[in-house]
Amino acid sequence: MTRYAGNVAAIRDLVRDQEVHRDVYVSEEVFQLEMEHMFPNSWVYVGHDSQVPNPGDYFGTTIGTQPILLVRHTDGTVKVLHNRCPHKGTRITSETCGNAGKFFRCPYHAWSFRTDGSLLAIPLKKGYENTGFEQSHAASGMAPVRHVRNYRGFVFAKINDGGLDFEEFFGESLSSFDNMIDRSPVGQLKVAGGVLRYMHNCNWKMLVENQTDTCHPMVAHESSAGTVVEVWKKAPPGTKKPMAVEIIAPFMSPYEFFENMGIRIWDNGHGHTGVHHSIHSDYSAVPGYFEKMKAAYGEERAKAILGENRHNTVYFPNIMIKGPIQLLRHFKPIAANKTLVESWTFQLVDAPDMLLERTLMYNRLINAPTSIVGHDDLEMYERAQEGLHSNGNEWVNLQRLYSPDEAGQTNVAVNGTSEWPMRHQFRAWTKFMTMGM
Amino acid sequence: MSMVTEAQVKNAIPTDQELIDFVVREARLIDQQRFDEWLNLYADDAFYWMPLEWNQTDPRLTCSLMYEDKLLLSIRVERLKGARTFSQKPKSRCHHVLQTPQVDSRDPAANNYVTWTPMHYIETRMDEQTLYAAWATHHLSVENGRLKIKLKRVDLINCDAAFGNIQLFM
Ligand code: FES
Ligand SMILES: [Fe+2]
Repeated sequence: MTRYAGNVAAIRDLVRDQEVHRDVYVSEEVFQLEMEHMFPNSWVYVGHDSQVPNPGDYFGTTIGTQPILLVRHTDGTVKVLHNRCPHKGTRITSETCGNAGKFFRCPYHAWSFRTDGSLLAIPLKKGYENTGFEQSHAASGMAPVRHVRNYRGFVFAKINDGGLDFEEFFGESLSSFDNMIDRSPVGQLKVAGGVLRYMHNCNWKMLVENQTDTCHPMVAHESSAGTVVEVWKKAPPGTKKPMAVEIIAPFMSPYEFFENMGIRIWDNGHGHTGVHHSIHSDYSAVPGYFEKMKAAYGEERAKAILGENRHNTVYFPNIMIKGPIQLLRHFKPIAANKTLVESWTFQLVDAPDMLLERTLMYNRLINAPTSIVGHDDLEMYERAQEGLHSNGNEWVNLQRLYSPDEAGQTNVAVNGTSEWPMRHQFRAWTKFMTMGM
Repeated sequence: MSMVTEAQVKNAIPTDQELIDFVVREARLIDQQRFDEWLNLYADDAFYWMPLEWNQTDPRLTCSLMYEDKLLLSIRVERLKGARTFSQKPKSRCHHVLQTPQVDSRDPAANNYVTWTPMHYIETRMDEQTLYAAWATHHLSVENGRLKIKLKRVDLINCDAAFGNIQLFM
């Protein structure tokens, strides 16, 4: 039964000022429309250019559910290609990442392509003479994604020609990327440590929303963070607080802490928690790091960079970054009720290793399929995915600290427990979902 | 020798059979959810390591699924008992099938004994049941007449796959 395809009014009706219809989470039809419209209309994160340092290097990923390749072209620029042979559709690459050499070669019939996707050669080419092949879709090779932007190493792509340009889409929100990158004394990040992959039986938007949900940690994570606090209380007085306790215990901070941390709202669904402070504020100093930053930037600027404690910055549609610990979570949609969460970590080039060590410990303790904090969250998402099938109430409430004048406001800082960011994400959702429909 | 209660090693240097019995008993304690007794098998400076990468050598600057000291392991054990541990309501259960542990090295001078144990591990909760295949490597030593785990390393055959929740111990 199609209810939403081509029906802009029906899609708009799913998002109200203070609530959203459960079909945004459970309907396979809505999910397919997200893949057809919302993702292609948006600037979606692809990968980091340190994953493809040398010409011919590639990294395979997805935009929505479409397979794509991030490639370092022979001219040194990065390209994004659809990972599909123009002949019969075969996936071109065998490994997730690797080096193609000077060209890609399809393993099925050996058509080959330059690293910008253009067709290089076809065996027994004369079989295509006088067939009008030049006019075929296949003749142009592996289709490139035309709109690609490499922002200080972070590569984004937009599949559709319509929509907003890169600057307009992100606006002031890029300051969170800037802060994360500037934390390297040489202003450079490198993907490091490996990626954690965690399968979630829930809609991808539940994860995105959760990144600015500051009323859940002290409740849902009482089991993990609360236990850490209790166990740590029994440590003999004077014991040095371990890194793991520094990382998990702040999840138990009281409501007041989260109210005061603040939330900032930018355009197009982007925003961040932790305007004033965050759960990352009180980490122990890493020996030698500030000295390096001071030497690189001068004391005042170094202090300003490290004084930012942004907690979670959400980039609509489907990533979150943590600047203070150089972590990026990618919420990859698979089906209405299935999401792959990839948690990537970055090394600050020319900074002490201990920063990466802490980042990896955070990732393992919070974002791994073996993480007790992760277990707490996933349990809630899965219960919601199930509960939403109830017909007793078809709406999900996002009303906390709602004010009727908020639509259209941007670059504002508000109370840290507001659900404004979620309402804001759904306003963007409607916009990019229906754009060009 | 009973597998149910912990036994002292008879001599200062454990026999192969004592090492094997110890590893088998560890799995049994997990399966029977006797987590406090299980935790007692670990030395105070022990680590439980589950690598994320195939043939991983570094637990510090490469991420792992788990790399936990005794404090973190004890937090897990406490959490499993918690009244508000919702991901364990209802509780998970697990089941180990071990191949006979092989004694890979014995070094009485360094008080270090290493065993290698291929295993299948099943974790189940509600209607879901998941099978994992792994190799467990135990680094053991004798402390006050008892064997203790210094390091338990669990290498999953598909360590880099996307998993759902893994909530108990392999
Ligand atoms: S499918 Fe790729 S060359 Fe035929
Ligand atoms: Fe959470």
